[in-house]
Amino acid sequence: MSAELVNVTIDGMTLAVPKGTSIIEAAKQAGILVPHYCYHPSLPSPAVCRMCLVEVEKAPKLVPACVTTVTEGQVVHTDSEPARRARTGVLEFLLINHPLDCPICDQAGECELQDYVFQEGQAATRYSDYAKRYNPVEDFGPDVLYVANRCILCTRCVRFMEDVAQAPVLNVSERGDRAYIGIDEGQLLDHPWAGNVVDLCPVGSLISKDFLHKARAWDLDKTASVCTGCSQGCNITIDTRDNTVVRLRPRPNLEVNRHFICDTGRMNYRWMNRGDRLEAPLVRESGKLTATDWDQALERLGALVGKGGNTVLLASAGASLESLGMVRQMLAGTRLTATVQIPTGAAEEPLQGIKGLALRRERAPNGEGARLLGYDTDWGAAVKAASSADLVVLLDVNLTDAEARLVGGAAMVVVLGTIQSQEVPNAALVLPVTNVAEENGAFVNRDQRVQRYQQARTGPGMARPAWWVAAAVGSSGPATASQAFELVCSSIPALAGLSYGDLGLLGRVGPRHALAPLGA
Amino acid sequence: MSGHPAAGAGSAAHHEEKYQPVFVGPVRDRLEALFPQYPTRQACLLPALWMVQEAQGWVPQGGVEEVAEVLGLTPAYVKGVLTFYTMYHTHPVGRHFIQVCTTSPCNICGAEDVVKAFLQHTGCGELGATSKDGRFTVIEVECLGACGFVTPVMIGDDFIEGVTPERVPGILQGYK
Amino acid sequence: MGYPHPSHQKEHPVLSRHFGDAGARTFDGWVKRGGYEGLKKALGLTRDQVIDEIKASGLRGRGGAGFPTGMKWSFMPREVTKPHYLVCNADESEPGTFKDREIIRWTPHQLIEGCAIAAHAIGAERIYIYIRGEFTAEHKVLVAAVEDAYRNNALGTNVFGSGRRIDVVVHRGAGAYICGEETAMMNSLEGKRGNPRIKPPFPAAAGLWACPTTINNVETLAAAGPIMIRGAEWYKGLCLSSPKSTGTKLFSVCGHVQRPGNYEVVMGTPMRDLIFEMCGGMRPGRSLKAVIPGGSSVPIMTAAEIEDCPMDYEGIVARGSMLGSGGMIVMDDSTDIVYQVMRLARFYAHESCAQCTQCREGTAWTTKILERILAGNGKPEDIGLLLDLADNMTGKTICVLSDSCAAPVVSAIKKFRGEFEAYLSRARRPAMVSV
Repeated sequence: MSAELVNVTIDGMTLAVPKGTSIIEAAKQAGILVPHYCYHPSLPSPAVCRMCLVEVEKAPKLVPACVTTVTEGQVVHTDSEPARRARTGVLEFLLINHPLDCPICDQAGECELQDYVFQEGQAATRYSDYAKRYNPVEDFGPDVLYVANRCILCTRCVRFMEDVAQAPVLNVSERGDRAYIGIDEGQLLDHPWAGNVVDLCPVGSLISKDFLHKARAWDLDKTASVCTGCSQGCNITIDTRDNTVVRLRPRPNLEVNRHFICDTGRMNYRWMNRGDRLEAPLVRESGKLTATDWDQALERLGALVGKGGNTVLLASAGASLESLGMVRQMLAGTRLTATVQIPTGAAEEPLQGIKGLALRRERAPNGEGARLLGYDTDWGAAVKAASSADLVVLLDVNLTDAEARLVGGAAMVVVLGTIQSQEVPNAALVLPVTNVAEENGAFVNRDQRVQRYQQARTGPGMARPAWWVAAAVGSSGPATASQAFELVCSSIPALAGLSYGDLGLLGRVGPRHALAPLGA
Repeated sequence: MSGHPAAGAGSAAHHEEKYQPVFVGPVRDRLEALFPQYPTRQACLLPALWMVQEAQGWVPQGGVEEVAEVLGLTPAYVKGVLTFYTMYHTHPVGRHFIQVCTTSPCNICGAEDVVKAFLQHTGCGELGATSKDGRFTVIEVECLGACGFVTPVMIGDDFIEGVTPERVPGILQGYK
Repeated sequence: MGYPHPSHQKEHPVLSRHFGDAGARTFDGWVKRGGYEGLKKALGLTRDQVIDEIKASGLRGRGGAGFPTGMKWSFMPREVTKPHYLVCNADESEPGTFKDREIIRWTPHQLIEGCAIAAHAIGAERIYIYIRGEFTAEHKVLVAAVEDAYRNNALGTNVFGSGRRIDVVVHRGAGAYICGEETAMMNSLEGKRGNPRIKPPFPAAAGLWACPTTINNVETLAAAGPIMIRGAEWYKGLCLSSPKSTGTKLFSVCGHVQRPGNYEVVMGTPMRDLIFEMCGGMRPGRSLKAVIPGGSSVPIMTAAEIEDCPMDYEGIVARGSMLGSGGMIVMDDSTDIVYQVMRLARFYAHESCAQCTQCREGTAWTTKILERILAGNGKPEDIGLLLDLADNMTGKTICVLSDSCAAPVVSAIKKFRGEFEAYLSRARRPAMVSV
């Protein structure tokens, strides 16, 4: 984008935008949304839907705002009578073959056709008594269904696969009003990033089988979060209904994942709803684990920690920066080995058309955060050391049976965990902690970008964030995630001085005073 | 509406026949002779599809895949282009494919009567259907660019001018 | 009827001089008839000199748009940093038009010569002749002529010893009217769906494979040879009415005339002369009802409107229609206007590429309304609805196919409203058995 600025007036507002900006993007900066379908900031613009036609003074015809660049002194009207009439016309044309599926269509409530028709469409149809075009539903597989009748041929899906995924497996077939989206015979839409076509589809034509008929869009609570699938740190929105996570969607962040997430991350949410959760602090008395309250549990924890001795901290790379930092600090008075477990995947799966975006081999969100806090990554050695340690603290890890046996050799074992299944023999203390959907926290991705995630559902029973457990062992520890974050960051030179306020919901790289620019 | 013929009689059987590669020997040479004439292989897509149709009478799925492989495209891409252009057959058709122009200039000069005559004398009965003996398929087609010579008809690659209903039986004699 | 007909005395054969003369098809035959002198002369001139000559002649695009040809050629960059391309639009598919086919089948070398002159003028070394797939015989003639031209150095690495390289590739279409639109043609040549492109960028800036490209119609290019030989002044002088319409035009007359065919007349020739004298007028017992003068995409004219109409760009525009491709569809009083408008709408619905919402859905909806009117089930509000849809389909799309569907609908309702109302009021029997 050029540094030269151009003055343009849109709906009476004059603003200066970089030369080369399209009218639709300039309008966004003026707070005006020009209705559109086929345009998308991460896709090449074909200007086919014709929804974004706006009036430009002195121009002979309406122009498509998505492909027309601003010129000096241009005066644009997005909502004048000719522009509105054109939009109403487009909506009418789209509706003549569009089935009245709203009652059974998943998109209802988050459907751009509904939205614009409600805003400025006609109340009644003039397409009376004619048959609507019919094409059967197609299973594009593995997760995507194509309901051809609802398709408005915006071609976002075709362009995504062709230009962004660089795997042209979708096409437009036939011509005229017989056209539909086709996939090759015998082909599946199994590209690792293909699920994005469901988000891109403005209507309920491409829909997710995973989400099919699960929940109504208006029943959903939406929370900003970060994907835990790998170290890319894609920004996501967690959709919950009645405190259950029902869907993950990408959240736009031009610096990290633009508008996309991979299918692995997209489907990685069922574990957040597990029922077999630890719900109360458990303390071992007379050989049996018994439920107790937090005061007693914390007292016991303080006593164990206070003994000092050889301590091994085995942590998950999915734990938050706050939790990793506070738990480590809690054990500062011991002879500590702190090790983080970083699972790796078979291969990296890039989204070819976007530089720097891939499903990473490091399949955890906070490996970098752990490394910055001084955790080492030699898991095998750490587990072996644990077998003869005085104290082992497990922070939300899943051990294999063999590893559990080794860890069981320690004198004392404290488990900070989420699920009941882990049976470490001789665990002295088992404390319930929240998972990523149930707490506020932050992760550091592979580019050292610190990103916040917010609480999307309430945790089970008496579960608390792991950082809270560690902080409460002393008596002057931080009381909020925000305070914990600042405290932990202050101990990391690369992140010194950062606070939640500095991160916003898009995160940032580097310490506060460096003020690294965010966004495009 | 006129246009593509529906899958005609015998198409199910044809779908089961194994596809025989087209781009071998002289046909392969013909295709490769085209490559230097365009800066990309993709530009040879329409000519390649013509070669498949010449060899097979239509463009089966196997042809789509072979063309894709030879030109370095995906089958889905080839299919999207193939289905755009109406002269390519995506189903088997009669041995002699009859296209009668019925757009307005021919329409006002009796083209629809010519269509009826063809449907009757070929035994096809309806547009897009293949005659029982597999000999003919008849469709209506849009302007053939010979409006001064009504009614123009294409039978396979033959472009016949000035067809009237009376001439139809005689014309059909020449197509066995 | 049809060709070859001996030239009528009111014709002015330039391009059509050798129509019907099979000897003109070969290189030797063409040279014997004075061919390739125009190219030889052009090769001795600079690019700008050739462009100036064409500009001065007043030659305008004969495919339908009527854009000044010399000006179009001058848009090409002077410096050749990327390959320049010339595309010859031989995708003649506009209903009513059949003149390019005639030029190719009788005088392919006239076309090749014109292409080569244009290629020289725009700095192109490669010409793609995009010929519609249905022109199977013309394709063979053209391919043979191209080979003949290569053999005789009219094409190749050193055309007529000039040191200039000019290549021709003949490329077959496969059944899509929309590929006659210049940007759709480029996409089709590149091996894509024939979707028109948004402009800007314009072809002269970024066309085929993002390189500077000029697309010209067959008839336009064929005129380049005669203009080079006989001069711009001569061509400019061929003008009977508006000075902005010069030269000769091949009018493809079809429909209800005694002698349909291609007629070459000086620009500005009265339409009456063409229809009633050269084409022999109406069939016995019939009277003229309507004329679509420029291929089906232009407004319909009534018999009264063509009375004093000169056939040139400005004259026809002044009377509410357009010269377009010069495909003249003549309709007498036996014509059911409503039925023919439906058939044209159906044509456009078939040919829509499916990109723009208004065209994709509107052409089909328009067709359905007209079919239902013809079936005797029309509703009173249908006429208003057709006009409203036509308005929504005009001026709002990437290309003008949508507008082209609207034009006959709007003009027919305006000038023959009674015929529509007769169907709606059931005063006229339904024309279609079932919809």
